Amino acid sequence: MTLALETRGLMKSFGGLIATNDVSLQLPKGARHALIGPNGAGKTTLINLLTGVLTPTSGEILLDGRDIGSLGVEQRVGLGLTRTFQINQLFPDLTAIETVALAVSERQGRGGDWWRRVGTKGKVLDEVIEVLDRFDLTDRMTEQTRYLPYGKQRLLEIAVALATKPRVLLLDEPAAGVPEGEREEILAAVADLPKDVTVVLIEHDMDLVFRFAESISVLVAGAVLTEGTVEEIKADPRVKAVYLGEGDV
Amino acid sequence: MTDITSSLPPVERAGRFLAGEARWSWLEIGFWVVAFGLAFFFRSNHLLFAEIAILALFAVSLDIILGYAGIVSLGHAAFFGLGAYTVGIMARNGWGDPLTGLAAAGMTAGILGFFTSFLVLRGSDLTRLMITLGVASLLHETANKLDWLTGGADGLQGMVVGPVLGHFSFDLYGTTAYVYALSVLFVVVLGLRVVVHSPFGHALRAIRDNPLRARAIGIPVNRRLIAAYTLAAVVAGFAGALLAQTSGFASLDVLEFHRSADVMLVLVIGGSGRLYGGILGAILFRFAQDAISTITPQYWQFWIGMGLVILVLAGRDRLETVGRRIVGRALPWLANKEAAR
Repeated sequence: MTLALETRGLMKSFGGLIATNDVSLQLPKGARHALIGPNGAGKTTLINLLTGVLTPTSGEILLDGRDIGSLGVEQRVGLGLTRTFQINQLFPDLTAIETVALAVSERQGRGGDWWRRVGTKGKVLDEVIEVLDRFDLTDRMTEQTRYLPYGKQRLLEIAVALATKPRVLLLDEPAAGVPEGEREEILAAVADLPKDVTVVLIEHDMDLVFRFAESISVLVAGAVLTEGTVEEIKADPRVKAVYLGEGDV
Repeated sequence: MTDITSSLPPVERAGRFLAGEARWSWLEIGFWVVAFGLAFFFRSNHLLFAEIAILALFAVSLDIILGYAGIVSLGHAAFFGLGAYTVGIMARNGWGDPLTGLAAAGMTAGILGFFTSFLVLRGSDLTRLMITLGVASLLHETANKLDWLTGGADGLQGMVVGPVLGHFSFDLYGTTAYVYALSVLFVVVLGLRVVVHSPFGHALRAIRDNPLRARAIGIPVNRRLIAAYTLAAVVAGFAGALLAQTSGFASLDVLEFHRSADVMLVLVIGGSGRLYGGILGAILFRFAQDAISTITPQYWQFWIGMGLVILVLAGRDRLETVGRRIVGRALPWLANKEAAR
């Protein structure tokens, strides 16, 4: 089986502080993997390394076997590595149609077109609607994002990432801050992501992790403490200790 | 609004929505009809109208980078001034044809815009303000020093500007100047209407709203900003060229700091990120300046400043709501047309 995403001995230090310590991950195509760990475990640093915001001190990152360690953020997106954000990072003045159309246009190589209206060439709108439909966003697709309820914004956050057609999708706490009533919709959307997309879930919420993930890596102090299936992690006394110490779960 | 369109398939609805965003409004059409119609009336004001059209063009150019791409600049006069000097120097050396001069001015300003765009890619708003301010000062001092080319502090003497299209000479009343400047403004706005509704235009708005996310969905942010900055420089170069051609003169004044500051004021008054904001702002600004300076010639800036403080404190949205209500009372037909869109 080919690996969709792999890291080899990934290290990142800020001065004397080692934020990521020798992290080696191997995720097969279509995996449902969760990255968990207490606050300060280095989850954010790891995402930033994977997506190209930070440059690793040493180590390699491979997407479909190709070394992407020297590429910029948007180039990695072009190759199929996309993330969502824990705190909504959307475009308040744009509608859902426009937001998703941006990602679709860019992927189709029409993002620089200045001489024609959005969606008048190629199957841009068909793709936009397909994505919006999947997340049940078509009802309010002509409203500016700022006016959408928080739960809908959360869905749009994932929708626009999926519109880039990623091979690997990094979901950073997708249900963060969502009120109880709208939570189920988000969880269902996450569970329904296309099977061929490799999904990495960075999460605090153990319910979501146990329900969604097939495998888990536990990150502590920048290093992988342990890896395994959901059952193995549940039973691991070290994981319990880490989380009991935190008062979580 | 629930209407028949909600029964359409979503793809169709999305298409209609985007088409609707780009459609001409009655207000827009009316504006251009009136603006061109003014060429036949108020002859003694045509020089003022021409000045307004030029200021509007300059403000529209700033809107591309400030309103759409979110780049603040206190040195936009650099491109305006370079455009003015380009046509000025050409006209003094025997090339007085307005349209080719205009094209050349757009080109030199665009080249400067392209190369200086790399300086504004990174950094905070404050850094950008300082860098743009610095570039404009550099250009100002350069023009001052190269007096063999620019005339230095005395300005560029002896420009001979030919007739527009080889036919329409610039007249004393400024009618040709007005129609010429307004036509250039119209053509530029026509072009920019296409640009702001294109994928490129949407990407600029996305970058303004959230550059972090724009990058994270695959938009090459730097490349888009370079293109936007260059485009804005070209348009500012046009505006500067128009000023030099219609006044037959270029001096260091075209590169002064107050030009950059004024155009920012104009855009703030008219509203940024809406293409027509710069035009509205230019009209309000120049008429206010004109009206106030006849009442109190020395202190007009005081009242402009006062108006600006009120505008910012009260908030544009609130003033607009009031404005809409007044328009709605006075012209119910027009207001209904607008609401139906």
